[in-house]
Amino acid sequence: MELLDRLEMAEVEETLKRLQSQKRVQVIMVVNTEGIPIKSTMDNPTTTQYANLMHNFILKAWSTVREIDPQNDLTFLQIRSKKNEIMIAPDKNYFLIVIQDPTE
Amino acid sequence: MAPKSQKQKSSGDRKNSKRSKPKPILPESEEAETLNMESMGHPEIYPLVLTTQTQEIFNCRIDEDVTDEQPYKLIKKEDIFADFQNRAAVSDFYPVRKVIQEYPGDELLVVYDKDFRYGLNFYLIGTEEGKENYLNPPEIAEEQEDYKEHIIEDLYVYRPPVSKPWVSLGSEKEIEEESVKESTKQITYMISRKRSKFGAPIKFSDQNASSVKDAYIECTAYPDRNFTLKQLEKDVGMQVVPKVKDTSTQTRWTYPKNATTQYYPREFSEEEKEIFGQSKTLSDFLNNVSVSVEIALQQNEIMNTFVDDWKCLAEEESTFGDKTDTHLKEYQSFTDLHNLKEKMVTSVSWHPTIYGLIAVSVAVRLSLEERVHFSGKLLLQPSLILFWSFSDPIHPQIVMWDITAHADRIENIKTGGSRSKKATLKPMFLLEPDSNKEATYIRHCAVSSIENGHKKVITDIHWLPDTFEINRMGSVFENRSGICCQLVTCSADCTICFWDIRPQKALTPQSVEKKKEENIEIPFDVPSTFLHLDLSWKPLIKIRLSKGETSLDHCPTKLSLNEDSLCKSQDKVLLAQSKTVKAGEMNPYYNLEGGLANHLKPIEDFCTKFFVGTEEGGVIYTDWKMERDSETGRLMAKKPVNLYTVHDGAVHTVQRSPFYKDIVLTIGGWNVAIWKEGISTGPLLQSSCAPKKYTAGHWSLTRPGVFYIGREDGYIDIWDLLEKTHEPAQSQNICITMITYIKPWTFSAKQQFIAIADYYGTLHILEIPWTLSHPSTNEVSSMNYYFEREVKHLEYIEQRKKIRDQEKKEMELELEKKKTKTYQKSKEQLEAELKMDYESYLELEETTLINLGFLKVAEKMSFMDL
Repeated sequence: MELLDRLEMAEVEETLKRLQSQKRVQVIMVVNTEGIPIKSTMDNPTTTQYANLMHNFILKAWSTVREIDPQNDLTFLQIRSKKNEIMIAPDKNYFLIVIQDPTE
Repeated sequence: MAPKSQKQKSSGDRKNSKRSKPKPILPESEEAETLNMESMGHPEIYPLVLTTQTQEIFNCRIDEDVTDEQPYKLIKKEDIFADFQNRAAVSDFYPVRKVIQEYPGDELLVVYDKDFRYGLNFYLIGTEEGKENYLNPPEIAEEQEDYKEHIIEDLYVYRPPVSKPWVSLGSEKEIEEESVKESTKQITYMISRKRSKFGAPIKFSDQNASSVKDAYIECTAYPDRNFTLKQLEKDVGMQVVPKVKDTSTQTRWTYPKNATTQYYPREFSEEEKEIFGQSKTLSDFLNNVSVSVEIALQQNEIMNTFVDDWKCLAEEESTFGDKTDTHLKEYQSFTDLHNLKEKMVTSVSWHPTIYGLIAVSVAVRLSLEERVHFSGKLLLQPSLILFWSFSDPIHPQIVMWDITAHADRIENIKTGGSRSKKATLKPMFLLEPDSNKEATYIRHCAVSSIENGHKKVITDIHWLPDTFEINRMGSVFENRSGICCQLVTCSADCTICFWDIRPQKALTPQSVEKKKEENIEIPFDVPSTFLHLDLSWKPLIKIRLSKGETSLDHCPTKLSLNEDSLCKSQDKVLLAQSKTVKAGEMNPYYNLEGGLANHLKPIEDFCTKFFVGTEEGGVIYTDWKMERDSETGRLMAKKPVNLYTVHDGAVHTVQRSPFYKDIVLTIGGWNVAIWKEGISTGPLLQSSCAPKKYTAGHWSLTRPGVFYIGREDGYIDIWDLLEKTHEPAQSQNICITMITYIKPWTFSAKQQFIAIADYYGTLHILEIPWTLSHPSTNEVSSMNYYFEREVKHLEYIEQRKKIRDQEKKEMELELEKKKTKTYQKSKEQLEAELKMDYESYLELEETTLINLGFLKVAEKMSFMDL
């Protein structure tokens, strides 16, 4: 059991590292459905702030999509701003938030 | 019977109203009723027509008996009756017969009605009274009749009432009825006591009246029913009044209260995070999701989906003015007629905030030989600093006078105002726009110490920015006061000095005593801010630019310091705070000593190197930090890092680009060079020699690739590095003599001026057209690329040099090898080779001759066979 856990942890770490190695990625965060951060490459206060703000936004977007068409579901969310781009991949249990510097 | 009466006598202008006499057939009573003038208010007047016959009978002929003065006639009644009997109905009096019969009197009055007022020519007054009235006051009666309707405006004369005897009119009866009389005679009783008892003492006592019978008689009041009245009607006044009721309630007042909630976000503890990290769900999730995330991340890498190609295609949004116009336009030129004889302009500076104010320094015009000749002596003509304003092109606003001769440099600091420094300092002052008639002369307020200052002409002077300051060692510290308080000068005596305007505490006591001995009178209008510096100002650091072992030193002409303002955010805040505090004071320079007490905070990583241009045309990159010489223990300047001899004449401009902190432009002699700080191989760009000598230059303030160079023939060359790098993009003639100084200035986005000063003392202000003042959209980055390319080019050159060196070496080696190889060849081999060469030559000869036709092939064959 512990071995399995460690394997999985290694897998998790490996995936996150791969994502981090992409060009111009600034921050990677994993947040649970209630908005409580689980993993983050940033300091704690900023992570909590981001998690809280994103959480509301994700729920709003998800409910919007579902309301327009209940058969539909939210797969990906991107917020592009002047200084960076925030990408959110939602799921049943968790959210993955990645912040990247845009190409400009 | 009536026709006779119709005959009328007319005299004068009489209005005729002929009236026919009413027919006597009508009954008398009707006639009588209609005849009198009751309708006119005179019932006694009966109009009549009297014929001439009647008039003769009664002697009332018109205009004979009856005239205007006496228009009436009294006719006797008997006569009229006789007439009645004579003529019966024909008589003119017949209509009024009844009236005449009833008339009481004897004589009747007949009046001649000349104006036919009553309709006929005569009228009869039928009453005695009327007769009386007519006869007695006939005028008044007539007048009253005439003016009956008018208001009587006679004066009311007061007549006091006259007592008249009382006439009884029957009122005594009523009075008698009303008066009250006694009906019966009153009975009188007289009761008295016996005479004898008069005067005797008597005793009175009280007695209850009801106790004794018949002591009194009373007449009690009793309600008599005959006289009780039942009030059946009663007048009562009523008034309606609104019913007012006061009520009050007490409400519960909720006053505002501050309430706060302290909360903290939910967080997982470390262990929980660990648990999550190990869960399978998380890894599954990440596996699923990471693919799409990677796609999204890479998409951004591949292409920017939000770029607007159309927008990027556009060069500029809007242009102001003509795009084709690329010439500098003349705006204004300033010449002072009084002060500028034989003078040239040495330096120009614009006021940073006031529009249109320029400070110009002028000095005596001397050629090089004269200057060299006079350099040791003091010139008698004073040099001036003039202030020009756009409003007045002939008179300068203020003229400042100072004793030192050359190379004034005026600079404006951020604190505003303008200062002239050199070895002198002037206080901040306010300009008065009205004083343009007389030039006001302002004296300097501090002069540097003569022994310790520069020995020769000062060629350049700069304020150090207010963000840092240096100490004696040259190490950089944070500026304590927040104001510019240090300056650096370089002079022809081959030294660079750093000065501090704050009072130095480390003054040796000797100098203090010396100062006390001298009693210099200070004029009144000079403020005492810098008194502590006057004549005793020593430089903080003195750096000597030596050329190594030789005694000749570099003679610096211009400096360019690194203009890094390297404050971190905290420091900036502190500085800003201190600046705001100081802003309350009128003049921050009054409190110079206050800053000295603060502790020095060193700044790390500050670049203390700077560029120096020399008189010989070299550019030196050196350090101002002093170091202790190990042998002598004195402070020595470091050796310069780099020295380049690039220019052919004295370097007169060493200037950093306003856009790039490490790009320096140097102009000297006949060419231009651009340097990058940190690149020690050489200049990035070095222009070829120009036909005319370059005498002044400046970067453009708004376009990173443009700079202006002034020539000695009065032309200005405008270089645009993005257009051409081998020659100027434009050339324009400004004046006829050498241009001595160029200074551009931006006032607004649309107006940019360039001040060009020439040798004859005239200052030309020209306007820079749009094309030269506005950068294109990518100009900064383009220039950056250009510089980077140049840097790479230099590196490439270096590398090529190395490769070339290597190649050279290889070639030499090969040559060496070749030489040795030829030596080893033996003699036999040489002969064999020679023979073979000879044979090949013979064959060649044969073929050539055959080709030419001199030898036949057969002949040759037979010859060989033989």
